Amino acid sequence: MQQVERFKYDDGIVRKFTIATLAWALVAFLAGIYIAFEMAYYKLNFGVPYITFGRLRPLHTNAAVFAFAGNAIFAGIYYSMQRVLKTRLFSDKISKFHFWGWQLIIVSAALTLPFGFTQGKEYAELEWPIDIAITVVWVAFGYNMIRTILQRRVKHIYVAVWFYIATFVTVAVLHVVNSLSIPFSLIKSYPVYAGVSDALVQWWYGHNAVAFFLTTPFLGLMYYFIPKSVNRPVYSYRLSVVHFWTLVFIYIWAGPHHLLNTAVPDWAQTVGMAFSVMLWIPSWGGMINGLLTIRGAWDKVRTEPVVKFLAVATIFYGMATFEGPLLAIKSVSEIGHYTDWIIAHVHSGALGWNGFLSFGMIYYLVPKLWNTELYSKRLANVHFWVGTLGILLYLIAIYTAGITQGLMLREVSDAGRLAYPDFVSSVTRIIPLYWIRGVGGLCYLGGFIVMLYNVRMTVKLAAKNPGDTEDEAVPYQAKESTADPHGGFSHRILEAAPMVLTVLVVVAIGTGSLISLAPMFASSSIVEANYKAQMLKPYTALELAGRDIYVREGCYTCHSQMIRKTVSDVLRFGNPSTIEESVFDRPFQWGSRRIGPDLARVGSKYPDLWHYRHMMNPQEVVNGSIMPSYGWLFKDKIDYAILNKKLDVMKSLGVPYSENDVETAEDRARSDAAKIAEGLRADGAQVKDDSEILALISYLQRLGGAK
Amino acid sequence: MNFGMEIVWWLVPAALAMGAGFLIAFIWSARNGQYEDLETPAVRILFEEESKNKKEQIDAAGRTL
Ligand code: HEC
Repeated sequence: MQQVERFKYDDGIVRKFTIATLAWALVAFLAGIYIAFEMAYYKLNFGVPYITFGRLRPLHTNAAVFAFAGNAIFAGIYYSMQRVLKTRLFSDKISKFHFWGWQLIIVSAALTLPFGFTQGKEYAELEWPIDIAITVVWVAFGYNMIRTILQRRVKHIYVAVWFYIATFVTVAVLHVVNSLSIPFSLIKSYPVYAGVSDALVQWWYGHNAVAFFLTTPFLGLMYYFIPKSVNRPVYSYRLSVVHFWTLVFIYIWAGPHHLLNTAVPDWAQTVGMAFSVMLWIPSWGGMINGLLTIRGAWDKVRTEPVVKFLAVATIFYGMATFEGPLLAIKSVSEIGHYTDWIIAHVHSGALGWNGFLSFGMIYYLVPKLWNTELYSKRLANVHFWVGTLGILLYLIAIYTAGITQGLMLREVSDAGRLAYPDFVSSVTRIIPLYWIRGVGGLCYLGGFIVMLYNVRMTVKLAAKNPGDTEDEAVPYQAKESTADPHGGFSHRILEAAPMVLTVLVVVAIGTGSLISLAPMFASSSIVEANYKAQMLKPYTALELAGRDIYVREGCYTCHSQMIRKTVSDVLRFGNPSTIEESVFDRPFQWGSRRIGPDLARVGSKYPDLWHYRHMMNPQEVVNGSIMPSYGWLFKDKIDYAILNKKLDVMKSLGVPYSENDVETAEDRARSDAAKIAEGLRADGAQVKDDSEILALISYLQRLGGAK
Repeated sequence: MNFGMEIVWWLVPAALAMGAGFLIAFIWSARNGQYEDLETPAVRILFEEESKNKKEQIDAAGRTL
């Protein structure tokens, strides 16, 4: 018979992560609101590079996902895991390293993204040194977690912990695979994948970042905090186990639904679509399981702000996961893709599910962590209602905007012509809705500020040095029946279920990933054949310099470069894009949102002077445009000196440059630029021979004519 | 020309190896008895608060422990 052991939970680390969650949430919300108003009123870009939409949007998404949601996840995981496993975290030192490492990563993100250091892949914008730091810190987190599970005093691993394990393992794999790149400078790099390969890896990552960063960890938290807050066991524990395994297996296959109707091979699109539709079942099973847990305690929804937030979060989980599979159907995607519909979908998840679940959790945690009562339940209720109002305003406006623009862009008259040939008209139509969305965001922020005050007061009125919670438990015996006195370390490891689960998850995602990445093999050989047959030419040094500017400025946040195989896309922009056309694109820039027109075939559509004037002042050239002006491109100089190095790295990645191309890159770029400048000057424009705008123009003029 | 695909080729055997581990791991988890009792765990998490005695400790000592 074993002795009862007394031990303390590490509450300090949870307090740290909780405070960080609140601090970064503020940053994420402010950035989001600012860019929302930039959409409504383009002048807010102020011609300042660091705050233009294209650079600020990645800051908003990264802050929301990795800083706000990330810290919330860590707080919740560290709190609940210790308690369901009846043990302190494995190492206080690793926990601290994890905390400070993660904050440092966020700060470096905030210091690089506004300066245009980006990999140009959504939710994976951070450059290679930061990517390495993320890997290190993430592994530290995972190691801490696994070792904690190994030293648990309860044999059974509560379902929430499985969700956490899946989160750790999957995100590690996704992040590493998607971020592989070769540096050409201390900060910048080119991805190892090109074109369609990059697109498939990116959306395999992007989709599963949502699945395993914004869904599985939060589901784990849901399965802990809902039962705790209503003091009832989860409705069906068996269902929660099924929920877990089905999600892990199905999610990983669904990535290609971000690329429907594109140049990706049809069968891959069908696989993505089929698995997305299957997700309906486990997602709703989980959502209903969460809500039924509250059954019989509905009075608490009325009285307890914690339960309110958690219940509504779960409902939003249900809404978002109902809509997701719907949008993954080709014909629905045809309307929704590239429009605000997707933005609305994301925000019903982010504001409703992740946001409200985090808020509910924090209202639950703060009194426990500081050993006191919440300062004001009434203020928490105010937060709830103002926040809900904010979400509703946001969603109503942006769903309407998305569907309006989607329908306008695809409407074709009986005569077979576009009903709205002028792209900008579909943008100006929805500007009023952008204002409403901004106001919705302000409401959401307002509610949050009430929360900050409430938490601040709670902590202020609590006793100083809240300390760690103490608990006691009897350790379970690893092997009751055949107790092995010589059972050493390796034996215990083999016994340990967490290892088993980790392996299981690795395998689940491994197989899924393989299937979804398989089209890459097929397409790479197609591309190779076509490359040889058509003699596609890689980018000239100057075009490449221009392309890097395009990536740096985040033009992809407003422009796609992928003409889909749909009637309206073809009527509007030309022949569907092919895989070969983006074969040299590192990163691929297919985009996910069209606030401006597709640019895949914009080359030779306008004279150089048009682009010159348009980039300087879009509104002067196109009435009603909301594109920011890029005045600094006319002053800043092209970095010619680095071009040899850039081409060299590209060559090492397999791009068919000759030795001579690499060695003469700088000289050729200079003479190409001089030619464009000469032409512009002949048309009366003023431009220097090393102005960045020349590189950008040379890139834009090449789009669609890559032969 | 390989377009950086060699990395993915490296991933294939790795994933297959994981597949082999899958089978072994699955038998394990069932034999470990993780799924034997699917009732108690759901209830057990609700009891943790009872053993909490942080409050008394702070009161008694007048400071944190
Ligand atoms: C805030 C969203 C936004 C960003 C960021 C943005 N654009 Fe635009 N862009 C638009 C809109 C809206 C239009 C359509 C109206 C117009 O032509 O100005 C447009 C039009 C264009 C056009 C004309 C396309 C055509 O077929 O007529 C080009 C070229 C272009 N943008 C290039 C760029 C480049 C290069 C960048 C990055 C340096 C960029 N844009 C960044 C919104 C944006």
